[in-house]
Amino acid sequence: MSVNLKIDGINVSVEKGSTILDAAKKINIKIPTLCHHEDLCVAGNCRVCIVEVEGKNKLEASCATPAEEGMIIKTNTPKIRNARKDIISLLVSEHNTQCTTCYRSTNCELQALSSEHNIDHERFLSVLKPHTKIDKSSWSIEKDDSKCVRCQRCVRTCAELQHVNALTVSGKGKEMKISTFLNLPFSDVVCTNCGQCITHCPTGALTERRYFDEVWEAIGDPTKHVVVNTAPSVRVALGEMLGMPVGTRVTGKMVTALKKMGIDAVLDTDFTADLTIIEEGHELLTRLKSVLVDGDTSVKLPMMTSCSPGWVKFIEHMYPEYLGHLSSCKSPQQMFGALTKTYYAEKNNINPKDIVSIAIMPCAAKKFEANRPEMRDSGYQDIDAGLTTRELGHMIKQAGLNFAELEDTKYDSFMGDSTGAAVIFGATGGVMEAALRTAYEVVTGREVPFKNLNILPVRGLEGIKEATIKIEGCLPAWSFLEGAELKIAVAHGLINARQIMDMIVAGECPYHFIEVMACPGGCIGGGGQPIPTNNEIRLKRIKAIYDEDEGMPIRKSHENPEVTKIYADFLEKPLGHTSHKLLHTKYRKRNRY
Amino acid sequence: MTKKQLKRVDIILSPYSVSPYQVLINTVKRSKDEVIKEMINSGLRGRGGAGFPTGLKWKLASEQISDEKYIICNADEGEPGTFKDRKILSEVPRKVFSGMAIAGWATNSTKGVVYLRREYKYMVADLEKEIEVFNNKAKEIGLDFSINIFLGAGAYVCGEETALIESMEGKRGEPRNKPPYPIQNGFKGKPTIVGNVETFASASMVCRYGADEYVKFGTNDQHGSKLFSISGDSPKEGVHELELGMSIEDFVHEFGDGDTKAVQVGGVAGFCVPRKHFKTTIIGEGQTTGGATMIFNSTRSMYHVLHNYLDFFVEESCGQCTPCRVGTQQLLKGIEAVKLGEKEPEYLEQLIKLSQTMKVASKCGLGQSVANSFASIVTNFKEEMIY
Amino acid sequence: MSELKTVISDQIKKHGKGRDALMPILQSIVEKNNYLTNENMVEIAKELDISAADVYGTASFYSFLETEERGRYVIRICKSITCDMKGKGKVLRTIQDMLKIKIGETTQNKKFSLLETNCIGLCDQGPAMLINDDFYNHLTPEKVREVLVDYIRNKN
Ligand SMILES: Cc1cc2nc3c(=O)[nH]c(=O)nc-3n(C[C@H](O)[C@H](O)[C@H](O)COP(=O)(O)O)c2cc1C
Ligand code: SF4
Ligand code: SF4
Ligand code: SF4
Ligand code: SF4
Ligand code: FES
Ligand code: FES
Repeated sequence: MSVNLKIDGINVSVEKGSTILDAAKKINIKIPTLCHHEDLCVAGNCRVCIVEVEGKNKLEASCATPAEEGMIIKTNTPKIRNARKDIISLLVSEHNTQCTTCYRSTNCELQALSSEHNIDHERFLSVLKPHTKIDKSSWSIEKDDSKCVRCQRCVRTCAELQHVNALTVSGKGKEMKISTFLNLPFSDVVCTNCGQCITHCPTGALTERRYFDEVWEAIGDPTKHVVVNTAPSVRVALGEMLGMPVGTRVTGKMVTALKKMGIDAVLDTDFTADLTIIEEGHELLTRLKSVLVDGDTSVKLPMMTSCSPGWVKFIEHMYPEYLGHLSSCKSPQQMFGALTKTYYAEKNNINPKDIVSIAIMPCAAKKFEANRPEMRDSGYQDIDAGLTTRELGHMIKQAGLNFAELEDTKYDSFMGDSTGAAVIFGATGGVMEAALRTAYEVVTGREVPFKNLNILPVRGLEGIKEATIKIEGCLPAWSFLEGAELKIAVAHGLINARQIMDMIVAGECPYHFIEVMACPGGCIGGGGQPIPTNNEIRLKRIKAIYDEDEGMPIRKSHENPEVTKIYADFLEKPLGHTSHKLLHTKYRKRNRY
Repeated sequence: MTKKQLKRVDIILSPYSVSPYQVLINTVKRSKDEVIKEMINSGLRGRGGAGFPTGLKWKLASEQISDEKYIICNADEGEPGTFKDRKILSEVPRKVFSGMAIAGWATNSTKGVVYLRREYKYMVADLEKEIEVFNNKAKEIGLDFSINIFLGAGAYVCGEETALIESMEGKRGEPRNKPPYPIQNGFKGKPTIVGNVETFASASMVCRYGADEYVKFGTNDQHGSKLFSISGDSPKEGVHELELGMSIEDFVHEFGDGDTKAVQVGGVAGFCVPRKHFKTTIIGEGQTTGGATMIFNSTRSMYHVLHNYLDFFVEESCGQCTPCRVGTQQLLKGIEAVKLGEKEPEYLEQLIKLSQTMKVASKCGLGQSVANSFASIVTNFKEEMIY
Repeated sequence: MSELKTVISDQIKKHGKGRDALMPILQSIVEKNNYLTNENMVEIAKELDISAADVYGTASFYSFLETEERGRYVIRICKSITCDMKGKGKVLRTIQDMLKIKIGETTQNKKFSLLETNCIGLCDQGPAMLINDDFYNHLTPEKVREVLVDYIRNKN
């Protein structure tokens, strides 16, 4: 059913249940907003989006008011402008307006509103609370209450998208603020470090902890050999930080930029993504064998992927009894770190203590992961710093590079080779697709039975995707799988992960193998990606990922020549002794509350 | 103007000359439509402050189709200067329960809840006894309706109906966006009537006397008797049942101490009327009122009074929406700055404009009503704000 | 701890295991101990399967759900307008002098805490205060002294 209304003199018809804001958008009338976010439920608390509804003295929040038949709306009258200016001025009056020293400057919704409406400091007195301390306790997340506009987007994100509920609103009246349990430091609460609250925060109140100064130091230190690995999803999002349209692929330019910045070796996380597929694929097949053939009850199925550190910390907090379901494989970042300071060091004859290993990630949780005490299998901290796509964008600006004009450069070798399978790790369903491309071939000797290797059922933004693959014509070593139906599922966003976990807890989980990514859309929508992120943007980044995959000469992990080589030269075989030492890890129980 | 002489009435607070449960029994023998029509004809308006026509609310709720509906009696009474609901619940609770039961019967709701403010916990024991009596009575007459108490926990804004519902659902008492209204989507998502204590008692009285009798009291736009919580500089502080429609002059004549300088009508969310407007201001005309009236004599500093109100709003705002959370702080800080000479007196105009923004742009009645007392005090007692 | 569990499970029996049970649970713990400890909140979160942050966020909204340690007798004196006009200031000073605590503080022996509160609905009888659930009206310095002496002498 549709309703018809008139906004600023223009007739518009929208689906019943749409808001006035939706209707205005449809006819290209832009109403300013702040607490509204496409990913989240309606809050209606900032009151920036007020409009006049004929017949009412009160102004209505357009984001929260359903469009009704016959409504006559005005979006730009003196009454609205005055009220809106008051409201933005009020937000500014409780704000620590230090834009010059703020990480979100030029990418801040409050700053933009304030600038558009030419807000000055004269209208109201400052009611900013003095002496708010910035919480820098976490490896990943920084919280600065003096920059908070109390839109509750973070709280809604942590609840609705992630179902972690690490953030809440506490107090009321002027004491109302965003808070963790008892206002404890971030490092001490159930936060998974996914960083989704950051990408949904309109201001500089929530940011990732920045490590680029340390990285610049290392680059400038002649005794250090600085190695960078860049995650698959960074190459389809970094352009947004540098003024390019959403969905632009900038792989070659990014490598050039990093080289120009003085990085000694620019390598590709894709290499360890492919390695992950080999290790994880064999782990899965081994588990299937243990369960199906040996009847070993200590081995858990379904097996779940472990490359998303936000997801790993989630399950450590929320379902500690089920850690056995997690693959023991480290994330590609950590595999990369462990190999950099062993294999890479050995081959290049560099003392690992002189290597500074940096990961460029779409992710906030990878910062925490890099600092986990478990992640020192090389004898050193395997990854010295994890930077976000956003931090890299800043560094490129700091370096004064004209990014759009840079030529393309190839990754250094070795540990720079990539396949299409590794690239798609960046999108939800990608790990699963890559794993199937390899596992199916290992077992049957044939390619997966999907056109162009594109396993479409696991792609896209649906919260939980599932597929069944019938295994036929097995090679002799895998004959126990003959005729088996492999059931797989893909979940992204922790709220969907929770649904899957609850199925497992209830003993009703039909799947053998499940891919989980903490962030909605997978890494392309990661907590370290450019802001804003919404479904429209996610879809464009995803498209870029699959385009990149299609353009690759090699699209299966097991065909990555460097992967073959590392097994020959260093690791010997999947799940072998060295693999176990460097590429696999253990998990720990954490507090549920 | 339909000015009436100040007239005391004795309907709500009178002892039970006819048992309220007899009223209930008689009423449920009639047709539901007829009773709802009677309620509409009585012109009864909600006594919680907003003044929504009660009969219409019942009618809308009765039209909702749902397996479950709720009747909630709002006894959160947190407005400074208001205490009539306490008196009703301690003296004539059966009138309230019978009103709730009639509402429940008329709208096909089977569950009633009294949301009692935490500060009134000392009343719980007596109320529970009375509720048991009621619940037994309901069973006895075969009416599928029961009542229980939900105790608040100390937050003025929970008197706002959607905040109250959030609170009952175990959440922070942050008001919801409206629409949807509680009658469509209330407690646990079900159609819910939230009504004031006095409203339910009055509803029971409408059923007892009939709409025709009931409309004889009051003004053209507000019928019936009204309880006034009178406090401040008055020798007759307490709850008084009066007919709506008298002038403040008459009111002050009866209740003032002979030196009245201003009267706050409708609690801190209402208006402050200065002496020069006593003659022309009719209580219950133009604005609705929850009945709280505070009387100030000439020894009182209106700056101090306003400061006290604003302190209250700054603390009791739920804090979710910008105009109210920050606006209340600005008004408070602003009058302090003017008083201290840190801001020019003209700044008061800016603040009045801000209060008007709060009135039109705040999410709920709390932020929307701050302007009433703010603008009326600042405008009428400007000198006191400055010197 | 086990006592706490019974309190919680009693309320869950009455109100179900949903979020609706949260307020009654918080209330009954405060009724017993006068405030909520951190462990209390974690325990409640576990029982209701909600996050501890949500329990804290909810509790911190309500002035009677204290999350800081309080004495056995919590005095809440009304600071709203009519009580203020009628001499709340003098009454407050008397209490502070007697108990040697300021607003927000608790006596050394953990017997009394002193808080200000907004209107408690006794405006016609001000100044007024609550001690736990009981109210005291028409207060004067003399009257409040008598009240407190009684608490000091006769109540534990
Ligand atoms: C901040 C605020 C506080 C309120 N407090 C009360 C209250 O204590 N009691 C009450 O009956 N209504 C109160 N109301 C009005 C309610 O929202 C609601 O309109 C009323 O309970 C409806 O009942 P009625 O139609 O019988 O008046 C308050 C409204 C606001 C905005
Ligand atoms: S959060 Fe935005 S408005 Fe605030 S200081 Fe930073 S850039 Fe400026
Ligand atoms: S990082 Fe993720 S889990 Fe942590 S508070 Fe933010 S949204 Fe919640
Ligand atoms: S931290 Fe950011 S998202 Fe959260 S309320 Fe503050 S401004 Fe909004
Ligand atoms: S007006 Fe005040 S009380 Fe009402 S929702 Fe806004 S902040 Fe909360
Ligand atoms: S964007 Fe509509 S109220 Fe915030
Ligand atoms: S003003 Fe003190 S009880 Fe109301």
